[in-house]
Amino acid sequence: MATWQKFLKSDPVAYFLVTAYALLTTTLLLRYPRTNLATDLIFVLFLGTILILHKSALAKSYKLLISSLILGLALPFFGTLNPFYIDVATFIGIFVVLALGLNVVVGFAGLLDLGYVAFYAVGAYLWAIFSTPQAGQIWPAWSSHFPLAPLWFFLFIPFALIVGAAMGVLLGLPVLRLRGDYLAIVTLGFGEVIRVLATNLDRPINITNGAQGIKSIGRPPLFFAPFFQALGWNLSESQLYQLYFYFLVLIMVGITLVVVRHLNDSRIGRAWTAIREDETAAIAMGVPLVKMKLLAFAVGASFASVMGMLFAAKQLFINPPTFDLIRSISILSMVILGGMGSIPGVILGATLVTLLNLQLLPRVAMELGQLNLPPYIDPTRYQRMIFGLLLILMTIFRSEGILPEDRRQKELHEK
Amino acid sequence: MNVNNISDSEASLARRTLGFTLQNIFKPILQIILFILCSILFLSFIVIFLALILRGSHTEIDLLNNVLVILPQVIIDGLVRGFLFATIALGYTMVYGVLEFINFAHGEIFMVGAFTGAGFASILNHFGFLKGFPAIPFLIISLLLGMFVSGSLALLTERIAYRRLRNAPRLVPLISALGVSLLLQDLMRMIVTATGLGFNTSYRTPDMGKPWQIAKFIIPDGRQAVMSIDSRSLNFIIAAMIMLIGLNYLVSATKLGKAIRAVAEDRHTASLMGVNVNQIISLTFLIGGALGGAAGVLFGIRVGTIDPYIGFLNGLKAFTAAVLGGIGNITGAMVGGILLGFLEAFVASYLSLFTNGEFAGANYADITAFSILILILIFRPAGLLGETVAQKV
Repeated sequence: MATWQKFLKSDPVAYFLVTAYALLTTTLLLRYPRTNLATDLIFVLFLGTILILHKSALAKSYKLLISSLILGLALPFFGTLNPFYIDVATFIGIFVVLALGLNVVVGFAGLLDLGYVAFYAVGAYLWAIFSTPQAGQIWPAWSSHFPLAPLWFFLFIPFALIVGAAMGVLLGLPVLRLRGDYLAIVTLGFGEVIRVLATNLDRPINITNGAQGIKSIGRPPLFFAPFFQALGWNLSESQLYQLYFYFLVLIMVGITLVVVRHLNDSRIGRAWTAIREDETAAIAMGVPLVKMKLLAFAVGASFASVMGMLFAAKQLFINPPTFDLIRSISILSMVILGGMGSIPGVILGATLVTLLNLQLLPRVAMELGQLNLPPYIDPTRYQRMIFGLLLILMTIFRSEGILPEDRRQKELHEK
Repeated sequence: MNVNNISDSEASLARRTLGFTLQNIFKPILQIILFILCSILFLSFIVIFLALILRGSHTEIDLLNNVLVILPQVIIDGLVRGFLFATIALGYTMVYGVLEFINFAHGEIFMVGAFTGAGFASILNHFGFLKGFPAIPFLIISLLLGMFVSGSLALLTERIAYRRLRNAPRLVPLISALGVSLLLQDLMRMIVTATGLGFNTSYRTPDMGKPWQIAKFIIPDGRQAVMSIDSRSLNFIIAAMIMLIGLNYLVSATKLGKAIRAVAEDRHTASLMGVNVNQIISLTFLIGGALGGAAGVLFGIRVGTIDPYIGFLNGLKAFTAAVLGGIGNITGAMVGGILLGFLEAFVASYLSLFTNGEFAGANYADITAFSILILILIFRPAGLLGETVAQKV
């Protein structure tokens, strides 16, 4: 154990230092809200507070208080000053949920799913079709019922959950009886099939509107707007929506965390671990193999489906290239980077990869752009290379991830 | 007298081994040719049957004659696609046979082969040699170059990214291979955009000669259905055939081939018998990579334009072909590749004809491969020629 961790053990000095750190980063952030490199760094340090809290051994109530102040108050307030960073934070949240969902499949149950984004696409298209006049294109009689009213968004969430889970089971049924490597390829193929279908199903019946994608997707109602005005907070509609989606995503992250942790600590979680470690032994011990694998698949898929719905509502526009293979791969790299099976690790991995994608790479590209280098060195165009290197280096040098799960770390180093 | 006897038996031994060798090499080839003929007949029968059934619903066009007029060309197209998948699938199947590991990066090895050939051609073109270059030596040099570069690259990836992970849990090397695949794609993209070949690189070739007309049929309404093959496709088929025969010889009739089969059977026992397992695994990657590279060159010459992402979809389909034929089985990979090629060609050409253009066949041809993969995994997980093996504990 590192000395600094020992130092952070419920010492009054430690409380003081952590509080001071949180205050300092928050003040700096609110003082300089302009989008530039310095703010980027402060933003990362600010988010780092959560990691420090996680690593420290301070009282649980204190940890909870500080994290909720940071995520529930400081960050949204900063978001009203600078819309870019709250957007980044919302995306981090979306990817945290997706990575946690994939972690159930890959990390807990040990099934490599390379088409995870397909379920995300299913959720997104589901909401996109039924919240726009697109539904009328499928079946003319529907045009009187659809688009759905904004309030339906919340009622639609359980529906997306069920459809996602059903898709997971449907895909899982044929392949889960087989060995893991087949599963990887079949899920990869499935991801491609969904994308090709989304691109081509504008004929003979226009279901997905083809390559043009679907525009002006419905959003959940801003029911709290009058209340805000009564309090005297004058925020524009786009600011309100940004905060709204941020909190929706935050709630989703919370729910996902609770569900995933409870699943992992339950009988089901132990069955998954048993399957991951040794399938044959698991069968011998009476673990219902196919049922448990299907459950893992369904849980992961339903998270992705719901997040897809949220994503569609947030972006207002979706088209097939949004759901290409590289998205699946980036979610997988989040899981691998953070540590397969480790919940804090996966959250860290999702945060790091999203920051890398949305902040670091564009920033480096901008700085490089001033040096008049040839355009082919633009790092934002080499996501594949970066993820590829990340995957190779992680598997060779630290296959347990940055914040590994205890059990897995022991397992990988016992030989 | 005694001496005579010995030389006699030696001679008979030599004869036997020669006969045995020939049988070993040519039996699979004959099987494949037979298989090709059967699948052509079967698929043609199906489309003609469908045309006859659906004739009533398509009154505005004469479906049967429209089907017949393109049939010969569809068969040739299927044959070329089939050999493409077969040559790539061999790389997957050999590595899988030896290591039980899916080399995700194999599609990219194929892509690198295609770009090596294109690079060679564009260098020739730069110095003005390309136009007058004789076609056959050009093809042979390109093939050897592509095989060399791709083979070495496959060797290198095995050494760097896979060897350390040989005893890790199954998921780990798979993820590493995925990483190699992504890395190679973008590395190649960087190289081609930096060197001015461009993302869509055109593959220049010297004049390859005119298409060769094989046969001509008169269909019922008096039109002619021409079966012709252009020289690029013909080169593809001939080169692929020669390579497949060579591989069969290597694997089934040489000492090295015996070692490869021994390692595939049981790595530990093979090492006890004095086989250098690491060397054999490297060799397997080398051979698979070289075949992939050759397929890349042939593919590039045939289609004329390549980009750094061609390896992904072709690799995926070739893997499907390997699974279709029974992964780990060399003849199976060829049979699976050819079958998949035919199926794809038939779907691509006939789907829109049978559905009145409602479904564009070319878009759905890709889906065919994956649907077949899923169906195979449901009904016959061991593949067409594979045998069910109990999982080792």
